[in-house]
Amino acid sequence: MQIKLTLNGKVVSADVDADKLLIDFVREQGCLSVKRGCETANCGLCTVLMDGVPVLSCSTLVARASGHIVQTLEGLQDEAGEFIEFIADQGAEQCGFCNPGFVMNTIALLRENPDPSDEEIKAYLAGNLCRCSGYEGQLRGIRAYLDFKKEV
Amino acid sequence: MLTINNYVRPETVEEAYELCQKKSNVVLGGMLWLKMGNRTVNTAIDLCDLGLNTIKEDESCYRIGAMVSLRTLETHVALNLMTQGAFKEALKHIVGVQFRNVATLGGSLYGRFGFSDVLTLFEVLDARVCLHKNGEMSIAEFAKFPRNRRDILTEVIIPKKEMRVAYFSQRNTKTDFPVLACAVSEIDGVYSCAVGARPGIATILGDDKEILKDGITEECARLFGEYISESAKFDSNMRGSSEYRKKICRVLVRRGIMKLKEAENAN
Amino acid sequence: MAEYKYVGKSIRKKDAMQLLTGKPVFVEDIVNKDALVVKVLRSPYAHALIEEINIDIAKKVPGIEAIFTYKDVPQKRFTMAGQTYPEPSPYDRLLLDRRLRFVGDAVAIIAGENEKAVNKAMKIIKVKYQVLEPILDMHDAKDNEILIHPEGNWESLVPVGADNKRNLCAAGCEEDGNVEKVLAECDYVLDRKFHVKACQQAMMETFRTYTEIDRYGRLHVISATQIIFHCRRIIANALDIPKSKVHVEKPRIGGGFGAKQTVVAEVYPAFVTWKTGKPAMMIYSRKETQIAASPRHEMEVRVRLGATKDGIIKAIDLYTLSNTGAYGEHGPTTVGLSGHKSIPIYTANMEAFRFGYDVVYTNRQSSGAYRGYGATQGIFAVESVVNELADILNVDPIEIRKKNIVREGMKMPAYYNETTNACALDRCISRCKEIFDWNEKFPVRDMGNGKVRTAGIGLSMQGSGIPNLDVGSATIKLGDEGFYMLLIGAADMGTGCDTTLSQIAAECLDCSVDEIEVFGADSDASPYDSGSYASSTAYVTGKATEKACLELKENMCKIAAEILGCAFSELEFRGDGVYKLDGSTMVSRKDIATKSMMCNNIPAQVTVSHTSPVSPPPFMAGMVELEIDKETGNVEVLNYAAVVDCGTAINPNLVKVQVEGGIVQGIGMALHENVTYNEKGQVLENSFMQYKIPTRIDMGKLHVEIESSHEETGPYGAKSVGEVVINTSAPAIAHAIFRATGVWHRELPITPEKILLSMDNE
Repeated sequence: MQIKLTLNGKVVSADVDADKLLIDFVREQGCLSVKRGCETANCGLCTVLMDGVPVLSCSTLVARASGHIVQTLEGLQDEAGEFIEFIADQGAEQCGFCNPGFVMNTIALLRENPDPSDEEIKAYLAGNLCRCSGYEGQLRGIRAYLDFKKEV
Repeated sequence: MLTINNYVRPETVEEAYELCQKKSNVVLGGMLWLKMGNRTVNTAIDLCDLGLNTIKEDESCYRIGAMVSLRTLETHVALNLMTQGAFKEALKHIVGVQFRNVATLGGSLYGRFGFSDVLTLFEVLDARVCLHKNGEMSIAEFAKFPRNRRDILTEVIIPKKEMRVAYFSQRNTKTDFPVLACAVSEIDGVYSCAVGARPGIATILGDDKEILKDGITEECARLFGEYISESAKFDSNMRGSSEYRKKICRVLVRRGIMKLKEAENAN
Repeated sequence: MAEYKYVGKSIRKKDAMQLLTGKPVFVEDIVNKDALVVKVLRSPYAHALIEEINIDIAKKVPGIEAIFTYKDVPQKRFTMAGQTYPEPSPYDRLLLDRRLRFVGDAVAIIAGENEKAVNKAMKIIKVKYQVLEPILDMHDAKDNEILIHPEGNWESLVPVGADNKRNLCAAGCEEDGNVEKVLAECDYVLDRKFHVKACQQAMMETFRTYTEIDRYGRLHVISATQIIFHCRRIIANALDIPKSKVHVEKPRIGGGFGAKQTVVAEVYPAFVTWKTGKPAMMIYSRKETQIAASPRHEMEVRVRLGATKDGIIKAIDLYTLSNTGAYGEHGPTTVGLSGHKSIPIYTANMEAFRFGYDVVYTNRQSSGAYRGYGATQGIFAVESVVNELADILNVDPIEIRKKNIVREGMKMPAYYNETTNACALDRCISRCKEIFDWNEKFPVRDMGNGKVRTAGIGLSMQGSGIPNLDVGSATIKLGDEGFYMLLIGAADMGTGCDTTLSQIAAECLDCSVDEIEVFGADSDASPYDSGSYASSTAYVTGKATEKACLELKENMCKIAAEILGCAFSELEFRGDGVYKLDGSTMVSRKDIATKSMMCNNIPAQVTVSHTSPVSPPPFMAGMVELEIDKETGNVEVLNYAAVVDCGTAINPNLVKVQVEGGIVQGIGMALHENVTYNEKGQVLENSFMQYKIPTRIDMGKLHVEIESSHEETGPYGAKSVGEVVINTSAPAIAHAIFRATGVWHRELPITPEKILLSMDNE
């Protein structure tokens, strides 16, 4: 079937299988930041923004995304660039496999709530699993970024 | 693995209804549970173009479209105000924000899943389900509605009433399925209690013994909890035994009722 | 602690920004997208023989390239355990075997152009199984008439007490002093049994391997592995081809925790590529990763601990029954840590100890290596018993530890008679007590509505590498304009060893970390390294790095001596170049580099290998505050404080994150990561929907600090940190739950249901 969507600012048209998942489609389009960590919609690694809303690309048909605006970390480098160095300064990226999903959802969080409390950060990101960091360093990084933003 | 041969976005509900009459066709909803199964679907019916993703309200009720996401419900200010935050409490545990952005109200209710927080909550809200062909019915009726009668769930109606609602669940981890979910409400002086994740589909019980008729006290909340846990049927699965469920049912219901009293005092 | 310029600094990880910006750096991102899709048909039975297998129709599915069965594979047995040859793990595997030993064991390998074709073919392979009675309970395994490995060519290369005719993967016992006699003299003898299940590492990136034939006709393997060199050997063994024909490299790895210290996925695509000549890729599903991989060894640990009424711990008798599952990977080695890393914590007054064990085969998923590696199971047991002793004697559990713990300079009979050069465990406990506010948090406090708060404690030790065995190496090269290239065979799996080893090099070479470029790991290009496991990288490969840099400095001085036409002895290295001792002149690094590439016989690169004769233990103290709902059994982790002694922390940030990650994995293991086998031998927790690892709202607030010590045998005083960090959570949590409920839980995970129902039974 034919689909057409905007991927990271570019209009993409393609002939796809009806059951093609958005994650597989965007990876084929070169958006390799999008990762798969499970088959049961539990890990959050595959998070992309659809019309600005964070969704699981592993559980979304590309057919449904047709006509919509899809963004992956490839398309949001500048927005991510504002805070990811603070994560790096904690060493909290660790293996990095969960990073793109985590960064995407953090972008969504900060758009929705530019000044979240620790509890709000944790609640919003609860669907992003990470096995390396124990989460605390990621929280420290986001907190450091928010504090930095308040200072300047 | 889910295999889908065709994907269709019907332009009318009738068209969707016609399509879904075939057993090999299926309405997508959020596709979350569907995707985890191992089945082949001939035509996947996506209701996304039918304008069912809005919450409309008039003087008497909220009309929530089937394609409204769980996240939208969770963050809906008026619904949470009306229910003292019960929407948020019932929905915030469901996996994660990204999941709840994908999961739909219609999909959550239509599956009538035993583990459903959504169904458990809606059972105590005097809510009514609108089916395209079979019309309007209460959630409790819908819960018993035969699964082989294929229809399109278009919207859910919640009356705008003064109500007191509380939601409690026990989970092995914060975002896991509930081991037990309890919703209680008081609307127009009528108490309802839904017990979900028994692990079977949520059952709804009332204050048939009139335990609460003279108002809520610690003692009658306790008795009501006992009554519900004696009345509801529990079973065992990976997440908990029937014995455990029964024991905590009392506690969660009692706490729910006491929370209703707090809400009453706050008013 | 000595002040260093680059060691001890929280420098950003070299790959941090690549990872955080989502660059394509993992296996699946960098390989040929047209590779054959490889999948494995898996046994539905826990124990069966293949009577017939028909692949004819399946082979005709369009897009199918090849299907292999047990009839097609080499008949020499091997082990998938990533260990130094000769491996202690028995050679008990074939690539595909007629006998199937667990639900999920490999029946056939299917390779095709796309996933749909492979799935279709998998469905129509016809197999007739002769279903055999399985052994699912490890207590039934030893000397059962059902044999898991009856085959004649089963082989144990190392004397570890293995006997396939008794379902034994290993067995042994050691004793120091007369345990029974000392126990008989004790006022108190606590005899307790503990059970830890086969928990999963659950790294975010599942197992995955890409294979192709390279331009020399060799097998090129790109894999998510911690052990490139062992991987090379194991693949060659599995395929029965010369080791020289295999080339293994790892790109970035999405977490390992020991899972990728076993060759789990590699052999299947390797075999497909070797047979078909075509590129192939296997990506394990999460389900396969849960049911057919390399989890922790299920262990039952029985502890008999003897103490005086004054709380002097005089003897420990520990017996471990370990379940290696269908195959023996890491079976003989993990079990040792259950005693060797738990008993020595209480060395101070120990008059005797005994440590015995059996490791048995069963028809469960084969076990492997998971952070802690047996120590986790043993420490849960011993720490719990010590906490119980404190309760019985009605003394503060911190006080009882102060009396009994190992201290600096003590010889540890239960730890290969090694002496602690550096041990800050006492300071770890004191500091942890302070930052945690133990005196405030330990008492049971009623919070109303059925909820109480209280605390618990656990101590931990581990090792630093495998002494007198494993080898770490580093190559350091001087490049154009004076930059350095550090080549390693150790595997950065997110831990940051590429960066920490660079810090060691920078310290030694007196230059900034940015001037050190790192490459790893590639079996063709890296110097030999056993790989990243056994808490070895910082300590063993780190020392090799330091030694290599020292040698390179010497060579640079020799090259400078030629340039200056003076004697080597007149020169010294100072970072930016080589100086004459009298200060009269110098040669820059750049000029030395230039000279090294022109008319030069002195290598501007050196490779040094290092093996340590000892394995200095890192130590840790952990304290947890829980809120327990006595009406529902619900547990909230509120605070977790921990202080670790890893010698010199080469990169304090990365140490801290190691500790935090380990604590949270430990919390998951203690409270909710369950492993349930049904009567058919299936693992029920076969997805992240069922196997619940902690989310960020399940773990409370962490507070981690470092208490440095100086380990003279380590690079700049460093010991290890990677594994010691997972061991305190379970005993500390079980302790706090006891405080709240009066019930000791000795089986993990301690779920709300277990807590509530056990209180009723009291």
